Amino acid sequence: MTHKVSSISKAAFVSGLLAMAEPACVWASDWPQFRGPNSAAYLAGAQMPAAPKVEWSAELPGRGLSSPIIVGDRVYVTASSGPKQERLHVIAFSAKDGSKVWERHLRATGRTMSHGKTCVAAPTPCSDGKRVVALWSSNDLAAFDLEGNLLWVRGLTVDYANASNSLGMSSSPIIVGETVVTVIENDSESYTLGIDVTTGRNLWKLERPKAANWSSPIVWQPDAESAPVAVLQCKDGLMGVDPATGSRLWEYKDGASTMSSSVVANGVIYAASKGITAIQPAKTGGDPAQIWRSEQMNAATGSPVVMGDKVYIINSAGVLAVADAKTGERGWKLRLKGPFSGSPVGAGNLLAAVGEKGLLQIVDVTAPEGAVVGSLDFKDELAEKELILCTPSLSGGKIFVRSDRKLWKVGG
Amino acid sequence: MILRTSCLLLFISASLAQADVASSVKAILAVGREGQGNEEASVAWRELVKAGPEGLLAIVEGAGKGNVVADNWLRMAATVIADEALEAKKPLPVAELESFLRDTHHASSARSIAFDVIQHADQAKANAIEPTLISDPAQELRRGAVQRLIVAGKEKADAKDEAAAKSTYQAALDAARDEDQVKVIAEALTKLGVEVDLPRHFGFITKWNVIGPFDNAQRAGFDAVYPPEKEIKLDAKYAGKGAEVAWQPFETKHEYGKLDFNKPLTMLKDATAYAVSTFDSTTDREAEIRLGCKNGWKVWLNGELLFGRDEYHRGAQMDQYTLKCRLKKGANTILVKCCQNEQKEQWTVEWEFQLRVCDAAGTAILASNP
Repeated sequence: MTHKVSSISKAAFVSGLLAMAEPACVWASDWPQFRGPNSAAYLAGAQMPAAPKVEWSAELPGRGLSSPIIVGDRVYVTASSGPKQERLHVIAFSAKDGSKVWERHLRATGRTMSHGKTCVAAPTPCSDGKRVVALWSSNDLAAFDLEGNLLWVRGLTVDYANASNSLGMSSSPIIVGETVVTVIENDSESYTLGIDVTTGRNLWKLERPKAANWSSPIVWQPDAESAPVAVLQCKDGLMGVDPATGSRLWEYKDGASTMSSSVVANGVIYAASKGITAIQPAKTGGDPAQIWRSEQMNAATGSPVVMGDKVYIINSAGVLAVADAKTGERGWKLRLKGPFSGSPVGAGNLLAAVGEKGLLQIVDVTAPEGAVVGSLDFKDELAEKELILCTPSLSGGKIFVRSDRKLWKVGG
Repeated sequence: MILRTSCLLLFISASLAQADVASSVKAILAVGREGQGNEEASVAWRELVKAGPEGLLAIVEGAGKGNVVADNWLRMAATVIADEALEAKKPLPVAELESFLRDTHHASSARSIAFDVIQHADQAKANAIEPTLISDPAQELRRGAVQRLIVAGKEKADAKDEAAAKSTYQAALDAARDEDQVKVIAEALTKLGVEVDLPRHFGFITKWNVIGPFDNAQRAGFDAVYPPEKEIKLDAKYAGKGAEVAWQPFETKHEYGKLDFNKPLTMLKDATAYAVSTFDSTTDREAEIRLGCKNGWKVWLNGELLFGRDEYHRGAQMDQYTLKCRLKKGANTILVKCCQNEQKEQWTVEWEFQLRVCDAAGTAILASNP
C-alpha cells in the first residue's frame, strides 16, 4: 500500500468535510452517481410514476450499461462505439426535453476487450454537483465541468499497464469530499485510487487483492458529525478507508460479492456478503460487528436496496425478496419478469426494476405480498438482441433508463 | 499610415495568438504519468478552445507528439472548437486539415483527429476523402474505405457478376486489417471459390518448437524462471513437471494461427509451457508483436521481455495485446511462455495463444525464412 499524505490531501480532506456540510452544491433532485445519492438507490420522500409513460427518448451514439446521472436540469450519459468500442462518449442532455446540450469524444487508451454482453461504457459516471467524472472499462477517466469543459483526463492503463480485465470492468467511481474513489481491481495489476477531483492527480493508491472485481465503492458515515468513510468491497470482504489518505480504518473479512455492491442505510452496511450480511462498523474504529445474515437474500448481479425498514434484492430467478432491515427476517417474495442485470431502485413506497428484455416494472412494496402496479415495455424500441442492462435513475419524479441505442425519460 | 498601423497590429495580434496556441499545445503535450501536468494542461485546454478555429491546425499537428493521453486532450479541444464553430457558423480550415490528413508523414493519431474534424465540419468532403484512404498507414482510417468495397463486392455478388465480385472482394482483402472485416471478406471469397490464406494475410507465426510441461501449481509458474528463459537449446532436455522434457517441433494449422498446447502436451492443469520461433527479418525495423491469449503469458524478443500478464480464462481475441518492438536484420528469436492454471470448468480447457508480427497498421510482416 502506498500513501501520499501531503498538505494537499489534508487540505482536500478539510474541504471534503466542508463539502459535506454544504449539500446545496448537489441539487435535491440530483441522481449524481450509480444508485443515486449515497449509492442508496432510494429516495425516501420522492415520487415515482406508478403508471409509467415515455416522455421523451434520445438517440445515443454507442453502447452502454452505465446509468444516466442527473445533475440540475441535465442528464449525463456515457457510451462507447467503434469496431473495438474504442470511441468513448460523454453526452449531456436537457432533462426537460431530451435535446443534446453537448457531447465529448475520447479514444480509449487502455484495452477495450470485454464479454459481448457488456461493453466499455459499463461504469456509471459520478458528479459532485460541479463536475462530471466519467470512467470507462478501458480505464480512461475524464472530468468535465457541467458545461463540458475538460478539466482533466487520465489513462489509467497507460499509468499501470497490466490493469485490465478481459471480461470488462464495471465498477463505478464515487466522489467523497474532494476524492474520486476509483476501483480498478482485476486479476493482475489490481488497485484502488484516490484521485484529487480538482486536478486528476493521485492522492493515494491502494494495492488490492488480485481478483476480478465489478462491485462499486460506497460511503458509510455513522452520523452527520463524523467524516465519511469510503467502503471498498472485494472477494475478501469490505474495508473502510479514509477517502483523503487511503488509510485503512476497519475491515470486514468474511468475503463479499465481486458483482453486487453493498448499500448503507441508517448507519448500517448491508453487505453483499454470503447473501446479505448487515454489519455495523464502530464509530470510533475497530472492525464491524455482524447484526444479521441471510444467505437466502442472494442478489444476482444487481445490488440490494433498503426502503424504510426493509431490504430488497432480486435473485437470479428474477424473484424480488424482502427482509426486515433490523433482524433479517424474511418476508414476501414476488416473481418479476426477468432476467435482470441492473439493480432495483426505489422512491417512496414504489420500487422500479428493468429487465434485460426491456420491461420496466413498478412494484408497490407496501402491498401485503408486494404487487406490480405498473409497467412499461421498451421491447418494441430495442433492436434484435439489444438488451437493457442498466440500473434506472430517478429524478424529479421521473425514471431514466438507457439501452445500447437510446435514453428514455419516463413519467406518468 | 493608419492602415499600416492597423495591419501591423493585426500581424502582432495574430503572431501572439499563434504563440499562445503553441505554448498551450506544449503544455498539453507535457502531461505525464499519474496526471502530472494536469493543472497546466487544464488551463491550456481552455485557452485553445478560446482561440477557436485559428488554432485548430496547430492542435491537430500536436497529436502524436506526446503520449496517448495528451492526444485525448487535443482531440477534445479540436472537436469542441469544431462544434462551436459550426454552431456559430464560423468557417473551419477544412482544406488545410485535408492537406494535413493526406500527408502520411504525420502521426496516425493526428491524422485521425483531422479526419474526425472534417467529418464534423463537412460530411460530403469526408465521404469524398474516405475511399482514397484504402491504403492508409493508419489502420482505423482504412476501415471506411474497406467497408465500401465490402458493400460493393456484395452488390456485385448479388447481381451474379462473379468476376467483378471476386476482384472487389480481393481489393477489400488486400486493404483490410481488422479481423471482423477480414472474416466477412474471406467468407465471401471462399463462397466464390477463392482460397484465402489467413495466416499469411495476418502474419501469424505457425511454426514453433514447444517444450513442457513445467509446474504452475498455485500459479507460481508465471514468476518461476525455467530453463528456456535462460537459454534456447533445441536439443537440450530439462527436468519438467514429473518427467524430463524436450523441445519438439509443432506447426499449427489453425486458420487464425492458434497454437494449442493441449495437442502436443495433452490436456494438463497447473502447467507451464514454452514455444519458440525464429523470425528472419530482411531489415532492422520497428514492428509490433500482437498476441491473443487467455492464459498467463510472457513474450520475449531476442531475450528481452516485452510484456507478461497473469490473467486466466477471462477471454481471448486476436490482437488482444500489442507489444511494440524492434526487429533486427536476420534471425530474431520469439519466445512465448504460456501458463495453464488449476481451474476445472469446461471453459478453462484452453491452453493456447496466437501471435503475429505486423506493422502499426496491422499489415503482416512476413519472415524471410519459410
